[in-house]
Amino acid sequence: MSTAGSVDDGKSTLIGRILYDTHSLTEDKIKAIEKTSRTRGYDYFDFSLATDGLSAEREQGITIDVAHIYFSTPKRSYIIADTPGHIEYTRNMITGASNADISIILIDARNGVVEQTRRHFFISNLLQIPQVIVAVNKMDLIDYDQGVYQKIIDDFELLRQNGKNKNQKIHYIPISALHGENITGKSEKMPYYQGYPLLDYLENTDREDTLDERPARFQVQTVIRPGTEAFHDFRAYAGKLKSGNLSVGDQILVLPSKKESTIKEIRFFDQCYQRADAGSSISLRLKDDLQISRGDLIIKKEESIKESKSINAVLCWMDENTLKTASVYLLQFGVKRIKTKVKKIDYRLNINEQGSKQPAVELKMNDLGSVELQFAQYLYYDSYRENRANGAFILIDPNTNSTAAVGFIEE
Amino acid sequence: MWYPHIKSEIMNDSIKNNPLENEAIYILREVSAQFENPVLLFSGGKDSITLVHLAQKAFYPAKIPFPLLHIDTGHNFPETIAFRDKLVEEMGLTLFVHYVQDDIDSGAVQEEKGRYASRNRLQTETLLRAISDHGFDACIGGARRDEEKARAKERIFSVRNEFGEWNEKNQRPEVFDMLNGCIDFGQNVRVFPISNWTELDVWHYIRQDNIEIPSLYFAHKRKIFERDHLIWTAQDEFVYREEDEIVTEKIVRFRTIGDMSCTAAVESLAFTIDDVIQEISESTLSERGARIDDKRSESAMEERKQQGYF
Repeated sequence: MSTAGSVDDGKSTLIGRILYDTHSLTEDKIKAIEKTSRTRGYDYFDFSLATDGLSAEREQGITIDVAHIYFSTPKRSYIIADTPGHIEYTRNMITGASNADISIILIDARNGVVEQTRRHFFISNLLQIPQVIVAVNKMDLIDYDQGVYQKIIDDFELLRQNGKNKNQKIHYIPISALHGENITGKSEKMPYYQGYPLLDYLENTDREDTLDERPARFQVQTVIRPGTEAFHDFRAYAGKLKSGNLSVGDQILVLPSKKESTIKEIRFFDQCYQRADAGSSISLRLKDDLQISRGDLIIKKEESIKESKSINAVLCWMDENTLKTASVYLLQFGVKRIKTKVKKIDYRLNINEQGSKQPAVELKMNDLGSVELQFAQYLYYDSYRENRANGAFILIDPNTNSTAAVGFIEE
Repeated sequence: MWYPHIKSEIMNDSIKNNPLENEAIYILREVSAQFENPVLLFSGGKDSITLVHLAQKAFYPAKIPFPLLHIDTGHNFPETIAFRDKLVEEMGLTLFVHYVQDDIDSGAVQEEKGRYASRNRLQTETLLRAISDHGFDACIGGARRDEEKARAKERIFSVRNEFGEWNEKNQRPEVFDMLNGCIDFGQNVRVFPISNWTELDVWHYIRQDNIEIPSLYFAHKRKIFERDHLIWTAQDEFVYREEDEIVTEKIVRFRTIGDMSCTAAVESLAFTIDDVIQEISESTLSERGARIDDKRSESAMEERKQQGYF
């Protein structure tokens, strides 16, 4: 799950409260929080202290970067990727949200839908996070007023109409993280809310829009060649099945060579399997003796894929060095790296205004923009909308080695 | 010796997907592909043992394509050393051992004295020296993000400078599963394949795969003394003990295994792995709570990472 929000929204309090209520805070951690709360002069148990990390941020009282928080219940394991909500942390929010099944957008009930809300929702749309939970927090400070809560829902629904991803599942919950209302038990103060309290909702919701239904995309990471006497001719292609499924006997196509073969074996450790599903780290043996190397893609012969030497993509610029036209970068697509040139910067997207387009000649850190990229060799890909696992990439600055941007390939 | 074999005749249906295991194997394969000279930092603890097991799965039936490195403080539990040697022999692995004692003898580092003396901080020097001697460009370790505050923000590929130093402001964003291990000569990357595993995830995996681990993790009788409400091994050669700290015998186990001088035991009757998992699920002390090296200051771990410790 990804969470984003500012210090004032009560996001850290919410996370701390979730940890506390799922008995994920151990006794020495609770003692440490009590101690620090007292040292700071608070007369309450500061749940937000459960998650603070680095010294710099502890001193300033704000959160920086992406923090990973783990907890589990008997039913499920969870990872929270938590980031700050300010615009200067757009790149962190996108990083944190990139693997999320659920995005929790926090709204302060007193302020309703604000610029930050629009920004968070835009990001969840851009990344196509399957589910959004809109948690309207601090309901205690507005006397748990149903009218205010409903207005916030109405305003958010307006955002959704203008959003690009109509299939995204959105769920609204009114809560008070500080008082624990609608977090675990049903809140008596908000009888108008008929749904599950937050934790129960998380426990019971299904993972939406998984990559199982997409076409099979297997990218080779490394070739396993024992070369020992016992395994003289053994050669297997190890990698992750990014989407779809593969079965023994499937007719496949290798890219970029376009050679065909059939799957002879699907292996995981020392066992063979009939079939592998999306997400598995496996190795494949093929019927034919082909030249296959790291970065090559194996797909099903009957399933199509896009092929081009130039693409349009939305970038989130993450580097201190500004992006200018004609710059050369290394594009990393899964594990494959190819040289790329920025042919054109089409426009910048204003994420505070649902992605309205602005002319631009450069992109600065945290900017989102649409660009045209060119390569010397063919790229085999899907658009991000069609397949999240095969439609995104990063740009590496060859001079500094930094990860300069993340990109989402457009139709 | 280790004899890999193919079970081609046995055809299972679908692979049972364990996302954490898939991710760790993916990361280990990336390390072997992206770096020239990687090494696996082996401490003899359950996390590094799990890593070796995962590496075996990642490259099977080929051998694990990198060696193991153990920074031996000299204060190890003898059981850990014995276990390490047996594992290396059984799996046909290459092991390098570098001794903190050598650095103490040469004057490169100074031994701590007194009540809370341990060789934990000294490991950093020895580790950096070993990395430099062998020219390792990537060090794989079993650190997890749930272990301690400063690790919650750590990357899977953590770029360090030639002094092993970690700058929190300079870490690369890790989006989706794309790992950028591009480095300049002299730089080094620490890799953490089980970043997203919790302590319980590791234990469940050990149970599921029947992974052998040192007996220290299970309840056993031990000569101990108590200090600061913690239980310490009575071993006067390595563990400093005052005269009034009396030696008794108790049934204890270790939840985390560091050096004898900085790892406390807990009273326990968890003799089997099921017992251990049960005990941890109900536990009130976090895993690293029994390590005094972390308690020294609120930012102890962070400071050590900035100095190039693991």
